[in-house]
Amino acid sequence: MRKKLTSYLLMAFLLMTTLSGCAGGTGESSGDNSSKEPTYGGSVVVGIQQDVDSLDPHKATAAGTKEILFNIFEGLVKPDENGNLMKAVASDYKISEDGLVYTFTLRENVKFHNGNVVTAEDVEYSLKRASGLLDGTPLISALSVITSVDIVDPKTVQVTVGSANTELIYSFVAAIIPKGSGEDANADPVGTGPFSFVSYAPQEGIVLAKNANYWQEGLPYLDKVEFKIVNSPDTALLNLQGGSIDIYPYLTDSQANELKGKGSFQILSAPSDVVQALFLNNAVKPLDDVRVRQAICYALDKDSINAFVAGGGAMLAGSAMLPALKDYYVELNDVYGTTANVEKAKQLMKEAGYPNGFDLEITVPSNYAYHMQTAEVVVEQLKAAGINAKINAVEWNTWLTECYQGRNYQSTICGITCDMTPGYLLNRFQSESSKNFINYKNAEYDEVFKKAQSSLDLQEKSKYYKQLQELLTKDAGTAFIQIPPITIAMKNTLGGYKFYPVYVQDMSTVYYTK
Amino acid sequence: MKALIKDYLKNFKGNRYFWAGLVMTLMILLIAVVGYFWTPYSTTEMSATERFQAPSFRHLFGTDNFGRDIFSRVMKGIGTTVFISSLVVILSGAAGIVIGALTGYFGGIVDEIVMRITDAINGFPSILLGLVMITLMGSGSHNLIVSLAIVFTPSYVRIVRSEFIKLRDADYIKRARLMGVGHIRILFVHILPNIFSVFWASMMIGFNNAILAESGMSYLGIGVQPPDASLGKMLSDAQGYLMTAPWYALSPGLAIVWIVLGFSLLSEGIRRLQE
Amino acid sequence: MKYFGKKFITLIMTLFIVSVAAFIAFQIIPGDVVTSILGTESTPEREAQLRAELGLDQPPVQRYFSWMGGVLQGDLGVSYRYSKNMNEMMPVAELIGDKLPVTLWLAAISLVLIIVLSIPLGVLWARSKSKLLDVLMGIGTQTAMAVPSFFLGILVTYFFGIFLRWFTPGGYVSYHTDFWRFLGYLLFPAISIAIPKIAMTARFLRNSMMTEMDADYVRTAYSKGCSKRRVMYRHVLRNAMMPVVTFLGMIIAEIIAGSIVVEQVFGLPGVGRLLISSVSTRDFPVVQILILYITFVVIFVYFLVDILYRVIDPRISSK
Repeated sequence: MRKKLTSYLLMAFLLMTTLSGCAGGTGESSGDNSSKEPTYGGSVVVGIQQDVDSLDPHKATAAGTKEILFNIFEGLVKPDENGNLMKAVASDYKISEDGLVYTFTLRENVKFHNGNVVTAEDVEYSLKRASGLLDGTPLISALSVITSVDIVDPKTVQVTVGSANTELIYSFVAAIIPKGSGEDANADPVGTGPFSFVSYAPQEGIVLAKNANYWQEGLPYLDKVEFKIVNSPDTALLNLQGGSIDIYPYLTDSQANELKGKGSFQILSAPSDVVQALFLNNAVKPLDDVRVRQAICYALDKDSINAFVAGGGAMLAGSAMLPALKDYYVELNDVYGTTANVEKAKQLMKEAGYPNGFDLEITVPSNYAYHMQTAEVVVEQLKAAGINAKINAVEWNTWLTECYQGRNYQSTICGITCDMTPGYLLNRFQSESSKNFINYKNAEYDEVFKKAQSSLDLQEKSKYYKQLQELLTKDAGTAFIQIPPITIAMKNTLGGYKFYPVYVQDMSTVYYTK
Repeated sequence: MKALIKDYLKNFKGNRYFWAGLVMTLMILLIAVVGYFWTPYSTTEMSATERFQAPSFRHLFGTDNFGRDIFSRVMKGIGTTVFISSLVVILSGAAGIVIGALTGYFGGIVDEIVMRITDAINGFPSILLGLVMITLMGSGSHNLIVSLAIVFTPSYVRIVRSEFIKLRDADYIKRARLMGVGHIRILFVHILPNIFSVFWASMMIGFNNAILAESGMSYLGIGVQPPDASLGKMLSDAQGYLMTAPWYALSPGLAIVWIVLGFSLLSEGIRRLQE
Repeated sequence: MKYFGKKFITLIMTLFIVSVAAFIAFQIIPGDVVTSILGTESTPEREAQLRAELGLDQPPVQRYFSWMGGVLQGDLGVSYRYSKNMNEMMPVAELIGDKLPVTLWLAAISLVLIIVLSIPLGVLWARSKSKLLDVLMGIGTQTAMAVPSFFLGILVTYFFGIFLRWFTPGGYVSYHTDFWRFLGYLLFPAISIAIPKIAMTARFLRNSMMTEMDADYVRTAYSKGCSKRRVMYRHVLRNAMMPVVTFLGMIIAEIIAGSIVVEQVFGLPGVGRLLISSVSTRDFPVVQILILYITFVVIFVYFLVDILYRVIDPRISSK
């Protein structure tokens, strides 16, 4: 047993070092074709996993929908591949000293897909709709702090907010849509993005066409993009090999290995925007004891989880922040180590009054094969520390209702999607947050979080955020595991694919090589 | 008399179906029993160095994505699967015989009501039924068996009922009735043996379906939970590795074919013996 | 006529039972469409707003009857999950109407394959005296029946798609785009559906015929000097067809109700897949209509089987 353990640790380490080059490819359109010359025209089929939940950019919530709508709609600002904001419909913006007034200058001659130029009225309408000023219910909750939207002149819009928060600017990625289009019964989705909407068929997919009037010179390259729903990863692999899909962004580690050997695809990989963890319900026995939670953290062997489920391609997570948010991230993997420390775990359990271990139920949403596999590995690792864990696989809606909202569970393995705003993930761990499904309660955390939110000084803010991550990790509020990689397969004749720190499929820069 | 027995034994010897089926089925049962107590490797212990090993002398059926020995897991899985599927088929088959016999033979208002209910169950999606069962009764393999038995019963009711309708008017039944034989005796002694060939065929199909339905249900979280092994679950897990590790899907897949084939050859043999 | 009236009433009754059962089921299972749509982004305000928007804030009984009232007036409602355009949801009738042809054509092709191949095979098998053929057919059909459908789908994909390259796996073409290519693609899923069913039906027919051939009337017919051929087709096959027709009926109902596994493996946007995804997203209006549709098909097919019975065996109608 011992021999086996050490040998697979060694193997995991080897995998880590050889594959880290892969994970380091963040934000680069790597692959062989970056040097080849791009051409205009052509069409691609992109395989997607889920159906879209809404064609309304303000109402869409699923990550799988937002990644597509990113090509149709744009906000005043939009994210770029480095995690920064670039100006989109607005050519410039100013934030007042006190952080309460945002003044946006509209870019000249940005046209909607219907041919109309974007006016200040459209912007006013869109922001009011998203923030709830039209009918009282905000569609995008982060924008609910907006108290008024005023047109200063035909090219300038002023937004006033109730409380200052430096991170609010990230929420202005909210789509700008033509005035009145949110109420027009027969409206097709119309935005300002690089592609315009053509058609949508449930269970089949969505078709987009090139926006010839796009404001960014030279983009997009492709004439047509089809997002095709492929319901199982296995079908996707067959589709790729059969040629009915050109790009597939959700390869598993074994599929990637399979395709690498075939040679007709480029395999690109980058960290996703999801933090996967063994979330522990801090309110139930025996997890209400900090020592028990810490014991679980020590018992986990993140390196080997990574080796098993991601082929070593994941980044290990030690805190509730994406490393991509460099200014705010603090590296905390050392707190509990990345390999199992069974002695330490057993000692902590003994101190907590569980010298013989305890039973632990891990609820897992069964539609996520990745989380299910992680759970299988975790059960084995916890067993080594004397914790008798067992898996309770549930359907996604049951998970949402019972675990996430009802908080009626012991522990669960799932992933929490991040946003580009550093506060987004940390927000949920405040004692009274409605999203605090792990029932983490720490008065100090709440206080620091408030300070961080109201701070207008970036340095200070960064300090507070790092403090929050440390608090959460040291309290073992939850056992963070990893940031799973996104691995895509793309036909060899294509180039220009860009990874974003957020979950989008930007097709505007993709092209066929000569 | 002696000649008769001799004849019978001769039949027995020459019945290749029977022997082939018996050997295949006994092998499966043997593996299931041995697997319950002992397997060559642990069925849950993982090894990162031994992921996706192709079949070899060390690992007869290769290893899976966690480096677990597939042969050991198939051994364990056969036990679980045979147990669950047999119970499902036995329960639903028994219910099908009783309900189908009574309704087909007597007809009338009860027949109408039962037929409406079986129609309703036929139309009702099993995935929704599964979700309801798990909410009401909680997860676990006994609930899985009950859910599947409910889903499978209507098809047996249909088959048995139509056979009984056909036979209830047969001359020999009419004669038996005239001679004063009781209904129950007619039902189960005079008619039932005559529908066995038809019924067996559907039992075998049901067995096959039960194995697959079990894996479908485990997706909803009912029944066998990982890391425990069942053939259906292994098969659905293996889906993701068809290209990289074809042996992973092949082993449980062929095990299912083996089990079902063994059973049906055996039943074919028994049927021929009776003829 | 009275017979049809009675059948019609039972149909309505069953549909009612099923719809109530489905409604109750939706009340029992955890989560509703609102949790499904909002997911982890849910806030109490958005939830309340969405519930009101979808009419989910009304008491359950009222909701059932308003849904029912709509259906009776021919309004099948709109999907909770599938959009038609930016602001409107997809009407259920349109949604299912679009998916139905896929499933119906798949069923039609499979059925043709099953009937065309299984009946001759069954008759040949029953009439044949060849020991070799008997063993071959016995083993062949039994193996075909023992292969799990998912497995078979994969094997068909490999053999016809990747090895022979007769079709592109996953390259489904909508019937709107090109009807013939659509049918061409459907042939392969239909083969996967048909193979075990052909084996089953052939066996079934053969067993049924063997039983009939031993029956008294056959001996009587021979003794009366009927030709073997005449006995075989006029008497034996006719009587033997009865359980086979039931069996075929069950198969048809099963396929029309949606072959979930095959639709999944071949990436067909059919009714079975729509049902699965609608249950998991709690899209109640779609699920209800699909359940009613499936129940209707099942009952209707059995009704046809019943009529066929009367044609094949006139004794039944006299009762």
